[in-house]
Amino acid sequence: MSLRVLYFARLRERFGIADETLDFNGVTAADLIAQLQARDGVWAEELAAGRAFRVAVNQEIVALDAAIPDQAEVAIFPPVTGG
Amino acid sequence: MNAGSIKPGSTKPGAMKVVVQSEAFDLGAEVAAISHTRTDIGAIASFVGLARDSNDGSGVQAMTLEHYPGMTEKALAALVDEACARWTLLDVTVIHRVGRLLPGDPIVLVAVASSHRGEAFAACEFIMDALKTRAPFWKKEETPAGERWVDARASDNTAAARWDAP
Repeated sequence: MSLRVLYFARLRERFGIADETLDFNGVTAADLIAQLQARDGVWAEELAAGRAFRVAVNQEIVALDAAIPDQAEVAIFPPVTGG
Repeated sequence: MNAGSIKPGSTKPGAMKVVVQSEAFDLGAEVAAISHTRTDIGAIASFVGLARDSNDGSGVQAMTLEHYPGMTEKALAALVDEACARWTLLDVTVIHRVGRLLPGDPIVLVAVASSHRGEAFAACEFIMDALKTRAPFWKKEETPAGERWVDARASDNTAAARWDAP
């Protein structure tokens, strides 16, 4: 299935990309993170186990075991620092 | 609408304004906008967060706030809905700025109106604590040593967690 994936703040700068459309054959947010980690380099480093990041699916923060629907808008970003 | 059209004792909620903007805001004008059409409000608690000139031991010359357009507004509206479900509130205004800000500039405003102060104080603090951990904003600081993204603070999670149901 196809997903639109957005990156924000430090992760957008580190990955050098703000958004992309991806083919995704997994089920959960954890599967998507694993797919991105497999790109190696900065992707593996920033999305490694123990690194702090958040995943939102269709603009709601989800746990890594959440399923991702087809055509979803997924965002990956650092813990928020507003206010 | 004018104050005369509202029956005394009515607790109809106001507009629940949630805005993300680059422009500055005026606390007095926002508070006046909450109360000028009604006479049932007994308390308005407000909080204004400002850009500081230092953080983590170094000077901060400016900061840039980035956000996730679309999700930000939804997340803020969800926080306001939760506050309204938890306390009896007559109106809420949340304004958060984005873009480049200088030390002393206002960043965020939360104003909560209710019949009595207890609910206004509590809901205002709840909304700020929840905003700090759930609204998708990120700060990048300009310091003498260069630019740096602000890291999330564990104390913000602690502050937000104290509102969790026991």
